[in-house]
Amino acid sequence: MRDAVSVALTVGAYGVAFGAAGVAAGFSVLQTGLFSLLAFTGASQFAAVGVVAAGGAGLSAVAAASLLSIRNALYSLQMAPRLEVTGWRRLVAAQLTIDESTNVGLAQHSLGPAAVRHGFWLTGTGVYVFWNVFTLLGAMGAKSLGDPAAWGLDAAVPAAFLGLLWPRLQDARVRVIAGVAVVFSLVMTPILPAGTPIIATVVVAVVGGWRS
Amino acid sequence: MSAALTWSVLIATSVLCYLIKLVGYFVPARWFAGERLQRINALIPVVLLSALVVAQALAVKTHIILDHRMAGIATALAALFAKAPFPVVVLAAALTSAVVYRWH
Repeated sequence: MRDAVSVALTVGAYGVAFGAAGVAAGFSVLQTGLFSLLAFTGASQFAAVGVVAAGGAGLSAVAAASLLSIRNALYSLQMAPRLEVTGWRRLVAAQLTIDESTNVGLAQHSLGPAAVRHGFWLTGTGVYVFWNVFTLLGAMGAKSLGDPAAWGLDAAVPAAFLGLLWPRLQDARVRVIAGVAVVFSLVMTPILPAGTPIIATVVVAVVGGWRS
Repeated sequence: MSAALTWSVLIATSVLCYLIKLVGYFVPARWFAGERLQRINALIPVVLLSALVVAQALAVKTHIILDHRMAGIATALAALFAKAPFPVVVLAAALTSAVVYRWH
């Protein structure tokens, strides 16, 4: 329960950042709000609006977002046997299958299968509510500010990406991969069409993950 | 930014992301058991987020341009090294960038 509340509050802060990022990228407040209601997977949403903001093609934006959401398929594989949902509940469970709900759910493992299910549903629902409310607040706030640069919004968005990236850099090998990805996208920026260097860095992940 | 682009990105992303979430509830787990796939998948967020930082902080279309955003990102890095929580990191970056932007 405490886990679920603290996770939901942290998500609120990311929600504000996404709302602002969506509007800064040229999405309307309505579209930004719908993004969180329908896609409901933070990093992918950030990626989609990020590619659009960088001037990338729609296809690059959708591809980047989809690649980032593949981990949700791995989460749903983990949760399917534990939730044992059928019918329409399975469709709802799928939409709520994200980093937070899966990880809080699985963390209750020692307390038994009912606690796992409880943790998943509580966190998933809590995050859904917080993520959407705060996305809307962030989008409306950013809209009322006007020029994004005058309020630092154009730096807040990459800072939010950096904040999402940071906890993943514990491992030395992962830090090297991130460094290579940064250099790769710097080199590719003047060569490839706008927005495509982002999706092209997937090559770095494939090469880096090929051998253990 | 055309409305056609933003609407199509919104709809296509939402549909695909939902279908991807559905996968695990409908297909056998062994389809995803490959260790190589798991390793590559774990690295995808790392490389995409790294590239997004570059695209948003250092690039304008196809040019690398160092401006006020760079100051914001430097502040965000410092805040992260100091173990600041997420909202502080983002606000510090925004504040620094806005100050540098207005200065010029």
